[in-house]
Amino acid sequence: MSTDTNLLHQAPPGHLPGKQGSAPKASANPGRTPGEGRMAALLLSPTLLVLALVIAYPLISAIHQSLYRAESGLDADGFVTEGEAFVGLANYLDLFAGESGQRFLNAFGNTTFFTVTTVLLETVLGLALALAMNRAFKGRSFLRASILVPWAVPTAVSGLLWRWIFQSDGIANTLLGSEILWTAEGTASKVAVIVAEVWKTAPFIGLLVLAGMQIIPEEVYEAAKIDGAGWWRQLGSITLPLVKPTLLVAVLFRMLDALRMFDLPFVLIGPGKESVETLSMLAWDESNQLRYGSASAFAVVLFLYVAAVAIVFVKVLGADVTGARQLGAKRRERKAHRIQKAEATR
Amino acid sequence: MTISDLRGLAANPASGTGNPSSSPLNPKQKRTWRSYSVYVGLALIIAYCLAPFYWMIVSSLRRTADIFDNTLLPAPFSLENYAKVFDGSTMFGQALLNSLIVAGVTTVAALILGIFAAYAISRLNFRFKSVILGVIIATSMFPGISVVVPLLRFFTDLGWINTYQAMIIPNLSFAIPLAVWNLTTFMKQLPFDLEEAAMIDGCTKWQAFRKLLLPLAAPGVFTTAILTFIHSWNEFIIALSMINDPKIQTATVAISKFTGATEFQAPFGEQMAAGVIVTVPLVIMVLVFQRRIVEGLTAGAGK
Repeated sequence: MSTDTNLLHQAPPGHLPGKQGSAPKASANPGRTPGEGRMAALLLSPTLLVLALVIAYPLISAIHQSLYRAESGLDADGFVTEGEAFVGLANYLDLFAGESGQRFLNAFGNTTFFTVTTVLLETVLGLALALAMNRAFKGRSFLRASILVPWAVPTAVSGLLWRWIFQSDGIANTLLGSEILWTAEGTASKVAVIVAEVWKTAPFIGLLVLAGMQIIPEEVYEAAKIDGAGWWRQLGSITLPLVKPTLLVAVLFRMLDALRMFDLPFVLIGPGKESVETLSMLAWDESNQLRYGSASAFAVVLFLYVAAVAIVFVKVLGADVTGARQLGAKRRERKAHRIQKAEATR
Repeated sequence: MTISDLRGLAANPASGTGNPSSSPLNPKQKRTWRSYSVYVGLALIIAYCLAPFYWMIVSSLRRTADIFDNTLLPAPFSLENYAKVFDGSTMFGQALLNSLIVAGVTTVAALILGIFAAYAISRLNFRFKSVILGVIIATSMFPGISVVVPLLRFFTDLGWINTYQAMIIPNLSFAIPLAVWNLTTFMKQLPFDLEEAAMIDGCTKWQAFRKLLLPLAAPGVFTTAILTFIHSWNEFIIALSMINDPKIQTATVAISKFTGATEFQAPFGEQMAAGVIVTVPLVIMVLVFQRRIVEGLTAGAGK
């Protein structure tokens, strides 16, 4: 079965009624054997164990470390001191005051700015790409291959590539007839990062949205045409609402990815540059200076930021990440139905 | 017609993949105008996607002397940069090998764990199933730096800095969720009936898994392997943080550290050549397996 259907969490045609009818019964049934649960635990435990080591442990350890600080923090030889003092929330309070606070707020602002601008541009461009590709019948496979190229280029390589393009005497300045120092500090370097990031990721959104578009049946458009709906009307009333679930998931993933942006500004512009320093880069730099306390505090803040965005998307906007929502809705529907029935009989 | 009506229609198409064929209602002259604009659009898309990559290839084939040329083809074609990349002083060959080892082991480990986990989630009934799947997917959203900072310290204490496992184990933090998710969506699509029939015929669950499900799931496993490999091959922040010995460095980190003889002039030609070498295996994979990759990407909607 095509994975496209899967993306929108619609069961394949024909399968839908039968499966929906029998699957919930099976899970509600106490016929779940104890052996099955044990087997599941056995099969899942290696995965959960590794995830505990590489996700849960780092998270707890980061929170723990963020409450400590090396004894002589700012000294050049601060890192040799053995002792670490418990400082409570001081590392967090420092985020909003003083010099390190300014650097943090700058990085926080950069991260937010890059996330909003790149994801916005990617979404618009990705939608346009998908609309164009949806019309294409010939050369589809060549198109698909070329659209995958930016996605496949490692971010570090794309950073190098765009640094070369944005050289002071590089091709970008030649084509634009300008003499902008793209890879130094300043607004130009922000633009360079955004251009490079959008280049790499817009095709990805395009691919996802295209998959969502391809399961919209042509009859819907035919009907709209007969009713006299123009292209824009069709886009606004059919295409966009129907690809919205796909688009929401794609945008969520892009946002989470953009929030942890590191490789691209690091390679394209360089570490420690004020105008492009993101939270990831700041935390990395701090841990490089062996200031694990503040590095951990930055990492925790970034984690909370990412989690907050994810929660907003899933809870408020209803991005259906696991496909569980569809099931939940069905369950609620059935429950409501049962209650109605019960009330009717009473 | 309301949206919910449309949804009902959308859920019930004649064929899932069927591309809407162009409408026969349109007169011919309109079609020619339409196809013309479509081709222009497609040319623009292809140029957008490929031009920067093309520029990298062209620049890598120039001599150092004319690296700043702006011709569309390298005027005297030269492999000078490629020779320099591999001349030994940069250890780039070693870096490629390291990348291969790290990405390869990560992929195999994530697949083994992922197949078991995905089987349990897609085929077994147990409590907290959706919670566990949710947790696994949520971990894929974990920012890399939040893994790196604490583990850097932990691995320093263990003496693991500059080892392969210091990259492979943190890599699993993104590789496992990716693998579990992709494999789960894939296995859920496979019909359960065959296995049930086999079990009625006396097969154990394990036999049904090994003899029926696994061969059926092979394409999904393969797709997952490609995606995981590409993600691990492109990994940067972990390798950058855990390794400072050029002998263990992976290729992505190695090329980011390429510096010329003088600080003043970066060796752009060499950097482009190295970039091409790092990217070419992926581009070949993309060309050969494009259909599968797109399937995998859209199924998991992941990263």
